[in-house]
Amino acid sequence: MEEKYIKHRYEPILPSKDEWPVVKLARERKDFVKKVSEKAQRRILNQTGNSAEILKEELETTLYREKLRIKQNPWVVDPDDEAEFWGKVKASLLHVNSENKLNDAQRIQEYQQILESITSRYSEEIASNFKHQHYKFIRSVVTFGFARLLNAARVKGFKSIFSNQYSLQDKIQITGETDQLRDLATKGTIVMVPTHFSNLDSILIGWIISVLGLPPFIYGAGLNLFNISIFAYFMDALGAYKVDRRKKNLVYLETLKTYSKEAIRFGCHSLFFPGGTRSRSGMIESKLKLGLLSTAIEAQRSNYQHGLDEINGKVFIVPVTINYHFVLEAPSLIRDYLSITGQERYYKENDEFSTSYKISKFLIKFFTKGSDISVSVGKAMDVLGNYVDENGDSLDQHGRVINPKHYFMSNGEVNVDHQREEEYTQMLGKRIVEEFHRINRVFSSHLVAFTAFEMIQARNSKLDLFDLIRLPEEDIFIDYQEFKDACQRVYDQIMRLREEGKIKIAPHMKQGMDEIIAHGLDNVGMYHAKRPLIQNKQGQIVTEDISLLYFYHNRLHGYGLEKLF
Amino acid sequence: MGLKNFSKDAVVGVVGVGSFGTVIANMLAEKNQVLVYARKEEVVQEINQFHRAQNREFNPSIRATHDPEKLCNSCHTIFFMVPSSGFQEVARRFSPFLQPYHLVIHGTKGLCLDLPEGKDLDSLKSINRRRILTMSEVLQKETVAVRVGCLAGPNISKELGLSQPAATVIASKFNEVILEGQRLLRSEKFQVYGNSDIIGVELSGVLKNIIAIAAGALAGLGLGENAKGLLISRGMVEMVHLSKALGGSVKSIFGLAGVGDLVTTCNSVNSRNFTVGYRLAKGEKLSEILADMEEVAEGINTIKIIKGFLESADLRAPITENLYRVLFEELEIEEALQFLMKYPFNVDVDFV
Repeated sequence: MEEKYIKHRYEPILPSKDEWPVVKLARERKDFVKKVSEKAQRRILNQTGNSAEILKEELETTLYREKLRIKQNPWVVDPDDEAEFWGKVKASLLHVNSENKLNDAQRIQEYQQILESITSRYSEEIASNFKHQHYKFIRSVVTFGFARLLNAARVKGFKSIFSNQYSLQDKIQITGETDQLRDLATKGTIVMVPTHFSNLDSILIGWIISVLGLPPFIYGAGLNLFNISIFAYFMDALGAYKVDRRKKNLVYLETLKTYSKEAIRFGCHSLFFPGGTRSRSGMIESKLKLGLLSTAIEAQRSNYQHGLDEINGKVFIVPVTINYHFVLEAPSLIRDYLSITGQERYYKENDEFSTSYKISKFLIKFFTKGSDISVSVGKAMDVLGNYVDENGDSLDQHGRVINPKHYFMSNGEVNVDHQREEEYTQMLGKRIVEEFHRINRVFSSHLVAFTAFEMIQARNSKLDLFDLIRLPEEDIFIDYQEFKDACQRVYDQIMRLREEGKIKIAPHMKQGMDEIIAHGLDNVGMYHAKRPLIQNKQGQIVTEDISLLYFYHNRLHGYGLEKLF
Repeated sequence: MGLKNFSKDAVVGVVGVGSFGTVIANMLAEKNQVLVYARKEEVVQEINQFHRAQNREFNPSIRATHDPEKLCNSCHTIFFMVPSSGFQEVARRFSPFLQPYHLVIHGTKGLCLDLPEGKDLDSLKSINRRRILTMSEVLQKETVAVRVGCLAGPNISKELGLSQPAATVIASKFNEVILEGQRLLRSEKFQVYGNSDIIGVELSGVLKNIIAIAAGALAGLGLGENAKGLLISRGMVEMVHLSKALGGSVKSIFGLAGVGDLVTTCNSVNSRNFTVGYRLAKGEKLSEILADMEEVAEGINTIKIIKGFLESADLRAPITENLYRVLFEELEIEEALQFLMKYPFNVDVDFV
C-alpha cells in the first residue's frame, strides 16, 4: 500500500564514516577551500572580461558594500577583524590606483591579488565545519532525547521515562520514494530540494537523512541562524556551510556558487532550500531562487566535460515536501508577507526563533502534544527534470532512455553556454515546483483552513485581500452544515486530483467528513495564542486570526480549487 | 549514434515539403547539405530522381527520405515545416528518434489543441490556455527536444523563391538556436533577426492570419485603402490583447513577425488567408473555398481556437468574433462590417 508510513530503521548505506563524502571533504577542507577560491577568481576574471577597469569597479563596489554592511548591519557571528581586513583592501586598492607606472597587465595582476585575498576569505567563511563527533552527538540527542520527551508525555506512569513505545517516527512520518533515494545515493550525487516553511526544517531534514541511513548532506544555511548558539552547533554538526544574505556583491555570490558546485562535483550530497527563505505566504514555493540550483546543472555539465559520463558523475534532483499542521513562525511570516505585498515600506522582522529559550519551549510543546509532520520524498530526476529509472538512467516523457549529456552538447561536443544553462535552470525550477505540488500531502487542517477562508472571501467578494484581513473577526461566522458541504466539495475535487496523480493525502483524510473536520479544527495552527479556526459553543465555525487562517489556507493554493467557490 | 558522423558541414534536416518547406530547403541548400523528409514514398522518389515534386523545384543537392530515424540520425538541426493540423502527429512520429542534442526550428503559423480523450474542438464550449499549444509547446510536450525555435516573418514563398530581398525572425529562448538559424539561413538577400520571446513571435504569426482574412474580405467588398488602414491598426490592437492574454510579450507584435508580417499578408493576393476572405466577400461559401484550396489556410482553424479561448477569458476580440460568425454561423459579411463600424472602439491606443 503506497500510503504506508516508513517506520523501520534503515541500515546506513555507507557503514564506515570514512567513506562519507562529507567526512572526506572535511579532511581535505584546506585544499578544497583553496580550490574554491581559485576557481571563483577565475570565474570573476572571466566575467570581467580580463579588463582592469571593470575588475577595479567590481572590487570597489564590493569594498563599498562591505563597509556599509559592517556599519549598518553587524551580527554576532561576524569575525572581529572585519573592519581591519576591509581597511587593508581599501589601502591596497588606493595604492594600485595611484600607481601611474603600471601597464595594463601589471595592473590586472595587482587587482587580481586583491581579489584573491577576498575570495579566499569568503571561501574560508563559507566552508562548513563538519565534525563527526558532533554529528554523532546531535543525532543521538535528537533521537534519544526527543523519544524520551515523547514517551514521557504519552505513556502514563513513572516508567514512562524509559518506555520505548513511541519513537520520533510516530511523530514524523516519511513517505514516498525513499528506497530510490537510498539506492541512488550510493551511485551518484543527490541534490535534495525541500519546501521551506519553518526554521525547524533544517534540523528535521537532517534527522530524516540520518533515519534513511544516508550519510550527512551539506547545505547552505543562512548565516543569521549561526547567531543563535544552539543552532550554530546543530548546523556545524550537520555539515552546513554558511550563506550570508547580506552580501550581495558579485565576488561573494560567485564564491558561494563555486563552493556549491565544487562540493557537488566532489560527490557531496547537497541540500538546497530552493525557495531561498521560508515561504512567507504559506504557499508552496512557486518562484524558486535559481542561484544555487544552477550550480547543480553546472556541476553536472562540468562532470561531463571531464569525461565522468557514468552514473558516478550523475547529479540527481530529489524534491521533498514537508507538511505541517502548525508552523511556529506563521504569525510573523504572514505579517511580513502582507506588509511586503501591501507595499508598506517598513516592516520589522520579528522572529519567533530569535532565542534559544523560545525554541526549546516550542520543541517541548511540539513533542508533548500531538501534531504530526509528514515528509514526502519525490521521485528522483536528472538536472533537466526528467525522471530516472531504477538504474539512474534518465527517461523521456515516453519512457525511452536518454542521455542527459546530450543536453550540453553542440556540434557533437560538450560545451559551456551560460545562457543555455540559465534556461535549463529555469526549466528545472519549473519542474521542481510541479513535483512539489504533486507530492504535497493534504492534511485535514489544510482542508478546513482553505475551505473556511474561501467561504469568507466568497461572501465578501467586493473586498480585496487587504480589506478582507481587516474584517473584524468577531463578525465572521460560518454555519457548520454549510461549512461541511463546502469541505466535501473541496475534498471531492482533491480526490479527483489525487486520481490524476496531482496531489497526495494523509491517511487521516480517509474518514468521514465530520471526523476530518474535527481533526482539522483540532490541529490547524494548534499552538498559536490566537487560533486560526475553531468551533464556537453554538457549533459555528469562527476564526480568531484571519491572517493566520489565510496563511494555512495558502497551502492549497495552486491547484485551481478556488474555482469551487 | 548520429553524433559520430557529425562534421562541420553537417546535414540540415527539413521536415515537410509544402510550399514554405520547399523554399526554406532550397535556401538552406545554398550553403549546406540538406535532407528533406516527406511522408509519401513517391514524393521522396521524385525529389531524389527529378529534383521536383508537386510542381516545386528542388535544389539538385537536396536528398529526400521518408524515414524519420534516418533524418534524426544524420541531422543535428531540423526545421519542421508542416501545417498545424498535422504537426502533433509528425512530432509524435519523430519523437522516438529525437535526442536532447537536436536543435529544432519550426515555421508553422498555427495552433494545436491538447484535448482530453474523446473530445474535439466542436464539443467544447470554452478552451483555456492550458489546452492551447503553440508549435514550440507541441515540440516540448511530445519530444525530448528542448532547444527549440521558431521562424516567422513576412515570408511569402513565391517571392522568396524568386530570391527577392526579405527578412525573417528566429525566436528562441536559447541564443545558440538563434545563432544557428542565422548561420544557416542568412544571405545577401535574406536577413535574419533574433528574438527571445518565442511565444510572442509564434502568436504574432498565428494571430495575424485572422486579420489577413478580414483584409481579404475588405478587398473582396471593393473597399479602399482607408478601410485597410483602419483594419490593420485595429487588428494590431486586437493582436496585442490576445497575445498578452496567451502569454506573449507586447513588444514582439511590433516586430517583423508581428506588424511586418501583418502588413504583408494584408496586402498580398498570394496569401491563402487573404484569399479565403476575398472569396467569402465575393459570396462563396466556406466549404466551397476549402474544397479547392491546395494547402490549408491556418487562419480558419486559428479563429475557431481563439473563439473557444475567448469564452474562457475575460476579453473581447471583435474582429475575431465577427469573422467566426461569418465563417461558421452564416452571418453576412456586410453585416459583420456594419457591426464592427458601430463597435465602441473609442480609445485609439490602450495598451502601451
